[in-house]
Amino acid sequence: MTQALITFFEGLGVPKAAEQIKFLFSPGTIPFAIWETLYAPLLAALFAYIIGLPLGVILVTGTKSGIRPLPGWLMKALNTVINLLRSVPFLILMVMLFPLSRLILGTTIGTTATIVPLTIAAAPYVARLVESSLLEMDRGVIEAAQAMGCSYLQIVTKVMMPECLPSLINGATNATITILSYGAMSGAIGGGGLGAISLNRGHGRNQIVVLYVSVILLVILVQIIQSIGTALALKLDKRVDYSEIKRRRKK
Amino acid sequence: MATVIRVENLTKTFGEGDGSVEALKHIDLNIEEGDIYGIIGLSGAGKSTLVRCMNLLERPTSGRIIVNGKDLMQLSEKELNRERKSIGMIFQHFNLLMQRTCLDNITFPLELNGTPRKQAVARARELLRIVDLESKENAYPVQLSGGQKQRIAIARTLATNPKVLLCDEATSALDPKTTRDILKLIREINAKLGITVVIITHDMHVVNEICTHVAILNNGHIEESGRVDEVFSHPKSEAGMRLVYPDGVRTELLPENARVVRLAFNGGNSAYEPVISSLAVDCGIKVNILGADIRTIDGVPCGTMLLELPKNDAEAQRALEYLGNCTYLTCEEVTK
Repeated sequence: MTQALITFFEGLGVPKAAEQIKFLFSPGTIPFAIWETLYAPLLAALFAYIIGLPLGVILVTGTKSGIRPLPGWLMKALNTVINLLRSVPFLILMVMLFPLSRLILGTTIGTTATIVPLTIAAAPYVARLVESSLLEMDRGVIEAAQAMGCSYLQIVTKVMMPECLPSLINGATNATITILSYGAMSGAIGGGGLGAISLNRGHGRNQIVVLYVSVILLVILVQIIQSIGTALALKLDKRVDYSEIKRRRKK
Repeated sequence: MATVIRVENLTKTFGEGDGSVEALKHIDLNIEEGDIYGIIGLSGAGKSTLVRCMNLLERPTSGRIIVNGKDLMQLSEKELNRERKSIGMIFQHFNLLMQRTCLDNITFPLELNGTPRKQAVARARELLRIVDLESKENAYPVQLSGGQKQRIAIARTLATNPKVLLCDEATSALDPKTTRDILKLIREINAKLGITVVIITHDMHVVNEICTHVAILNNGHIEESGRVDEVFSHPKSEAGMRLVYPDGVRTELLPENARVVRLAFNGGNSAYEPVISSLAVDCGIKVNILGADIRTIDGVPCGTMLLELPKNDAEAQRALEYLGNCTYLTCEEVTK
C-alpha cells in the first residue's frame, strides 16, 4: 500500500514523495494530529462559552428596554471591549497574549498554550452570537413569564435559553468551527495539529502531499461538526411542525 | 362584595419632555369580586396600558393599584413576583413557550413555585380536562390552532389558582366562532371558580357577550362606566354613543344629493314596532333603508338604522316630524 502510493506519486513527479508518504503513514501521526487539532479548540470553545454566554445574556437584558437594564456607561464599555477584541486579527492577538499564556500555563509554545489566546479571541465572538440568538426571543413570551412572577434568573434560564436553544446550538456550531480555524492558524507560531503540519511541512518544506492530506482532513472535521450541530438544532426545534411540512410535501 | 382591584388616580406618561405622551389620565376604577369587567375603547385609547398596569407589567407614573388588598407599587420585586402568581393574564398572541409541550406549558408556573413534578403533572392534566384539550397533552404549541393555543394559555394561567384573570385582547386574533367558545370558557371559569375577570377589547360583541360591567376608555380617560345594561342602553358620553351606535354605512358611500337620517333605537321596544311600515301607512311616505345594525342587549333592542328620505322637501319634513315623535327613538340628520 505505502509502496504503491510512493510509486504513484513519484510517477506524477512529486518531489520527496517517499518521505511524505512515510510520514503520513507512520503510526500515530494522523490520529495525534487530529487529536491536537480538536482538543485545544474544543476546550477553548468551552471556556469561551463560560465567559461569552453570560456576557451575551447581559448584552440583551441590560439594554434600556431589556428586562434588567444596566447603567448606560457599563453597557457602552462592554460593547467597546467586545468590539476591540473582535477587531484584532487572531494571529496578532495570539502574539500579544503570549505574556498572559506564560502567566497562566507557564509556556507559549505547544497546543495547550493556544487555549488562552483562542479563548480570549472567541469569547467576544460567542457573546455576539449569544446576543443575536437571544434577540430572536418573542417579547410577548417574556412578558407572559413576568406576569407569572418569574424572577430575572428564571426568565434567563427557563424561558430565554430553552426557547432560543436551536439558535444557540447553531451559534455554538459556528463558534466551534471558527475556533477550529483559528487553532489551525496558530500552527504558524507554535501550535500543533493539522494546521501546524500543513504550514510547517506542507508549506515550509514544500511537502505538497502532506499539505493536501491535512487540509482535506480539516475540511472533513469541519463537515462533521457542522452536520452534528445542524442535526441537533433541527431535532431540538419544536417551533416548526416538521410532520406537517412532510405531509404537505407528500400531497 | 369585596373590591378585588382598585385603581386610584392612575396616570401613565410615556417618554419625557416635549415628546411625552399621556397614555392614561387620572383613572379611577373599582372592580369587585366575581365581576367580568370589560374595558373597551378604540386602539390607542390606552386600554392595553391600563390592564398592564394592573400587574405592573407597566409601571404607572403616579397613582395607586390595589389588587387583592395589596398596594402593588409598594411591594419589593420579590413580593411583587409572589403577588403576580395570583393575578393570571392571557394575551392576544397567546405567548406560549414554543419549545415546551402543552402539558409542560401548564406545569411551567408550578415549576417556578417548586411544586413537585408529579403533583404539577396531575394538576396540569386536570386543567387540560377543564379546557377540553386532554388529547393535546404531548403536542407542541405549533401544532395547535389559535383557539386551542388560547385554551392552553388559560389552563396555564389557572394552574396557580389566581383570584384575578386579566385578558389583554385575548380574542382579537381569533375568528368569531372561536371567540365565542373562548368567551364561554372564560364565563365558566368566572362562574365555577369565582375568578374576577378583566377583559380588554375593542369589540362591542365581546362586552355584550359576557361582561357584567364596562368602562369606556377614550384618549386615556374613562368616559363612563357601570353595569353593561345601563351603559349600553343609555350611553351618556360621546365615545359611548359612538360605540353603541356605530355607523352602519360609511357616509361617503351614501347616495348623492340625498337627505339621510340616522335612527337610534336606544332601549324600550321600539325595534319591535314596525316604524318604517307605520310611516308608510300613516303618512304615505316611502323611505329607503340604507343600512341597519340592531342587536339585543340584555333583552333590550339597541342599534341604528340609516334611512334615505324622499326627494320632496315637504314629504321629507313630514317624515322627520313623524319619526321625531316616536318614543324610544332618536332621529338626527346625517350630514356628509
